[in-house]
Amino acid sequence: MPHFAVLLAAAALIGAASAASAGPTLDQIKKRGILVCGSNPGIAGFALPDDKGLWSGFDIDFCRAIAATIFNDPTKVRFVPLSAKDRFTALQSGEIDVLSRNTTWTQSREVGQGFEFGPVTYYDGQGFMVRRKLNVSSALELSGATICVQQGTTTELNLADFFRSHEMKYDPVVFATADEAIKNYDSGRCDAFTTDMSQLYSERTKLGNPEDHVILPDIVSKEPLGPVVRQGDDQWFNLVKWTHYAMTNAEELGVASKNVDDKLKDPNPEIKRLLGSEGNFGDGLGLTADWAYRIIKLVGNYGEVFDRNLGEGSKLKIKRGANALWTKNGLQYSPPIR
Amino acid sequence: MSAPAFVRSASAPDLPPPVPTAGPMTFVRRRLFAGPAATVFTLLAIAFLIWAAPPVARFLFVDAVWSAPDGGACRAPGAGACWAYIWRKAPYFVYGSYPLDARWRVDIVLAVGAALIAWLAARRAPGRAIAAALLFVAYPICAVVLLYGQAGLGLPVVPTDLWGGVLVTLIMAISGIVLSLPAGVLLALGRRSKLPIVRALSVGFIEVIRGVPMITVLFMANLMLPLFVPESWSPDRLLRPLIGVALFASAYMAEVVRGGLQAIPNGQFEGAMALGLTYPQRMRLVILPQALTIVIPGIVNSFIALFKDTTLVAIVGIFDFLRTVDTARLDPQWAGPTITATGYVFAALFYFVFCFGMSRYSIAMERDLARGVSN
Repeated sequence: MPHFAVLLAAAALIGAASAASAGPTLDQIKKRGILVCGSNPGIAGFALPDDKGLWSGFDIDFCRAIAATIFNDPTKVRFVPLSAKDRFTALQSGEIDVLSRNTTWTQSREVGQGFEFGPVTYYDGQGFMVRRKLNVSSALELSGATICVQQGTTTELNLADFFRSHEMKYDPVVFATADEAIKNYDSGRCDAFTTDMSQLYSERTKLGNPEDHVILPDIVSKEPLGPVVRQGDDQWFNLVKWTHYAMTNAEELGVASKNVDDKLKDPNPEIKRLLGSEGNFGDGLGLTADWAYRIIKLVGNYGEVFDRNLGEGSKLKIKRGANALWTKNGLQYSPPIR
Repeated sequence: MSAPAFVRSASAPDLPPPVPTAGPMTFVRRRLFAGPAATVFTLLAIAFLIWAAPPVARFLFVDAVWSAPDGGACRAPGAGACWAYIWRKAPYFVYGSYPLDARWRVDIVLAVGAALIAWLAARRAPGRAIAAALLFVAYPICAVVLLYGQAGLGLPVVPTDLWGGVLVTLIMAISGIVLSLPAGVLLALGRRSKLPIVRALSVGFIEVIRGVPMITVLFMANLMLPLFVPESWSPDRLLRPLIGVALFASAYMAEVVRGGLQAIPNGQFEGAMALGLTYPQRMRLVILPQALTIVIPGIVNSFIALFKDTTLVAIVGIFDFLRTVDTARLDPQWAGPTITATGYVFAALFYFVFCFGMSRYSIAMERDLARGVSN
């Protein structure tokens, strides 16, 4: 057995050495000619293949934005669909360059496992769905309710915490899968169904009559979702971060995919710096000055991406809520480009 | 010479006509209502059918939605299976994410493959040796070139992460089947070999592979391998599980074939030796034809299990047929209460057709091969 351990250690060393000698992530991506992005194997609005088999969704568009800024081609991404269990292994092993898979940013994930979490692209949190005819307007009115929940997730834990901290009684009905939970909720087994907000909207589309169900505004947990990269390559981490900031800055400045070419002539210095007609802000990222222009032109600003995948332009009709810009009472706030 | 003790002087009375042994009434009486127990079972079975069949038929056919532009019609109360959704998603189920303008390449590969398999499978077709040569040698090479692409031939490369659906399921299943039978025969012979190294290697391989869950191998291959080897060395993401599936099937196949070899009486080995045949001749001409005939049910059993095991590749992020069905049902354009059920019924039908086909073919082949054998 000690032989085996030695062998394993040696293999790990070789692996580490080869990963280190491969140099910065960006060089490797450029050499490979394609970005490798860890994605969700299927979640409505965030990552899902369409009728033609093309991946689309909010998390998908984030990877496309990175590809757009590196290659000027949003299709130069290879998506590696990963289960919740495998996603961190795939990132650690170097199988993927960036993980964009509705992953919650937590202290232990960032500190303990050698990852860097990018900016929060989507502020999610656990919520409740109830029947409209119950006339409930807040989760605080759910005392004594029967609640369908998926087993073994943090959802179950958050649910218990919420009801205990508000000294309310509830009756959890636990199911192995979200599918079973929503089915039983639909059949009337429970008064309410709880999971993350983003998920609630897509689960609602599976119900017999989605209009009969409302999603309560209360959010009982913090689930900040964002991209994840390996620690140790700051240039790459910056590129991932600023891909998101470029998109939110663009929305704030009113620059969208349709008007970006007109905006090139805009006298506003902030827009000039964003689009690269003034200064050279792509340099530090290993990119050209028009790095953000490519993102906006080929993928769109944050609002556009949100709207077409999750918001009014989609079937999910998720409200911007916490994901609105800070100027509109939301939490999306990005540092300026200057 | 004494007189006979008894001679019938009058003819015996006529017996009643025999009970007819053919016809529907006989079938009903003898097979369905032969006794009290049979009668009870028959009535219970009929009651079950009356209880279960109409709702199923109503869901699958009567209330089914056959055409609709999106999920709206399928979401209506009382709507049954949403076949419109299957129809709309059918291209995705077949090709996965394979680029639209290159899907003719998949069509050619599937059509030629089906034709060659039909040729080889028809037991009385002429030139089956040619079919075998084409199917096992020329076809795989051409199929890989056509599917993957070759810039020199004007076929743009389609990376394997875009392959999906039925295409991937069939690639996995057929290459697993084609590779596992010869590999299994070799391993089985190796395990019975008198050469210690060959035997040890065969036993070791079979036992290690059989002792590890397939999911572990797939997970190692697709997520752990990149830790140990540089990116440029690691084989393609589709090739890795394909090899894993083939290795798995080979180990199980080896044990099935070994069962057949053990059923052959020693006299056959000795007789073949007495004829002066060499070891390969003995195996090829005397032992294996008999041994393999005996274990046809076991071999087909392995093939069917392998066909369904290909769905396990979904856990390493490969979109086989079942995974495409599982993913497509989440599409908010279509999502609804009946979509999941429709998708899984369709998937079940797909797997059933293939597995039942294999099973029927093997029965026909057994009958054919048994014709010359008295047993």
